[in-house]
Amino acid sequence: MSALGSLLSLTMLAQTLRMAVPYACAGLGGVWSERSGVVNIALEGILLSGGLAGVVAQVATGSALAGVAAAALVGAAIGALHALVVVSGRVDAIVSGLAVNLVAAGGTRYVLRALYDSSSNSPPVAGFPALGGGAGGLALLARTCADPLTLLTAGLVVATAWTLLRTRFGLQVRACGEDPAAAASVGVAVERVRLRAVALGGAICGLGGVALAFDQHQFQAGMSGGRGFIALAAVILSGWRPGRAAAACLSFAALDAAQIVAQDQARAIGYLAQMLPYAATLAALWAVARRRGQGALAGQPPAGLGRHAD
Amino acid sequence: MTGPARWTAALVGAALLATVGLPRRRPAAPDAQHAAARGRLGLVFDVGGRGDKSFNDAAYAGLLRAQRELGLEVAFLEPASSEDREAAMRLFAAQGMDLVIGVGFIFSSDVDRVARDFPRVRFACVDYAPPPGGAPPNVAGLAFHEEEGSYLVGAVAGLLSKTRHVGFVGGMRGPLIRKFEVGYEAGVHATCSACMVHSVYVGSTPDAFRDPAKGKAVAIAEMAEGADVLYHAAGATGHGVFEAAHDAERLAIGVDSDQWAEMPGTVVTSMVKRADVSVFDTIRATVDGHFEGGMHLFGVKDGAVDYVHEGPHAALLPADVVARVEALRADVASGRIVVPRE
Repeated sequence: MSALGSLLSLTMLAQTLRMAVPYACAGLGGVWSERSGVVNIALEGILLSGGLAGVVAQVATGSALAGVAAAALVGAAIGALHALVVVSGRVDAIVSGLAVNLVAAGGTRYVLRALYDSSSNSPPVAGFPALGGGAGGLALLARTCADPLTLLTAGLVVATAWTLLRTRFGLQVRACGEDPAAAASVGVAVERVRLRAVALGGAICGLGGVALAFDQHQFQAGMSGGRGFIALAAVILSGWRPGRAAAACLSFAALDAAQIVAQDQARAIGYLAQMLPYAATLAALWAVARRRGQGALAGQPPAGLGRHAD
Repeated sequence: MTGPARWTAALVGAALLATVGLPRRRPAAPDAQHAAARGRLGLVFDVGGRGDKSFNDAAYAGLLRAQRELGLEVAFLEPASSEDREAAMRLFAAQGMDLVIGVGFIFSSDVDRVARDFPRVRFACVDYAPPPGGAPPNVAGLAFHEEEGSYLVGAVAGLLSKTRHVGFVGGMRGPLIRKFEVGYEAGVHATCSACMVHSVYVGSTPDAFRDPAKGKAVAIAEMAEGADVLYHAAGATGHGVFEAAHDAERLAIGVDSDQWAEMPGTVVTSMVKRADVSVFDTIRATVDGHFEGGMHLFGVKDGAVDYVHEGPHAALLPADVVARVEALRADVASGRIVVPRE
């Protein structure tokens, strides 16, 4: 197939959607947390923990839905813990996030070892039943689009945008993120709102983890592979807006899929092709940072990010 | 301590516990052996860890065999992150182990550093890559002719491909995995000169060895170009390759150990490195007082590099394919065929 044909194929579209799901979930988690004013680098650890929780629950109950619920619950619990430590405990959010990531990296291995006597992977799980077989681009696209977690993620992008911008809770979250002292002065319970927002974000991020694990029909130690940090870059790139964050995640996934094709088509420049998604992310971050504040891209960080109400 | 400081201390403590405090485990040993151990050895696993059904498990099998047959006291550590590798080796060295073994090429520089600090402790490293100035004298580097095994499975791929397109999925780009790619390509062309090899690497850091989602993406892309047999040299990432091949009803080839069980019906054969053979041989030599530093290379002719072609795990391999590849294997073992490495 020609390079252009490969890049504009249905396979490419399916790949992009499939790869974007965990990024998008983590990105939405980041948006919820940071719009409420809590810096969140713990997304990586939540992805990992959510993935393991989902698999453990499905192994135990045999139900994929139970797996999804467990991933969301564990994600919410870690999010709540992070919020509690940062908002009530006044610990630096970077320290807390780092701690979550370290505990998740070691803790998932502990659990794997304790439950399944392997520190690298879980036993296989069924996940959700896939829609048909087949190797063609169309079959692949149908499989991806019919996957419950892909659909759920798409729904969550819309729901996050709507809740954040159109509801009373969303307004409170944004108020806490922009100016916690002012929010508190008009009676908003800043700590509680932040706790809920970060827990909600954690739940969504946990879903990204279970999507990763179900896609492989097993959990593997370290399988999040830095996706939480890429998602955080997408959040910053988007100006902390859910729709654009999801678009940034899709773009990253598309670039990643494109570099795979490029490596195959032009082996001599494989090294360069591999850098493409990361170099593009850096360039985009740089461009946005330069234009931010000139009104061209209105996405400012929430003014109260990392600040307390008193 | 003030509130935030106490919280921080508690958090950091918990984090340290989770990473550094990974249990130092001893395999269950008959009590009698504790009393009269002929020696003590420590093994540090790669980040992939025990239970990877691959290289680490093979090394572990060699360790268990040494415990059983040689009556040794053994201990092992599984580092949670790359930062813990050197610390784990240092811990074993400080405990005065007779032999400290690291599993995986990623240990090479850690072994070098620790071995220089503990000149009287002997070290072995599976898949060792020596530093430019040569290895310290107390380090035995165990390495394999992976290109030979890759050549054999490449020959299988060339014979099995109907589309005349086959795939290679590499983990971290670099000289180590390049050997697999080059050997595989030579093997494919030995049996199918018209076959096209699609070759893509998953990443350029050690994380590329544990990113199955990306491995699946690479496999899907190669199959979209027509590849119907895929060989991976990507550690745990390879699971994604098996998933993709299974979904598309195509064939995959495992690496390092017999990976049939990962995806029965899809994994048609595996390139096998007998890490257990190399680990056990080294342990026995050490116990017998014949430890030798320097590089030890194991290949097809030593029976330490092979491909799965017998038993139920090779049920998908037609007899004529096995016959063709066995002939090539004999030529590799005798040296009549020299497989390129780069």
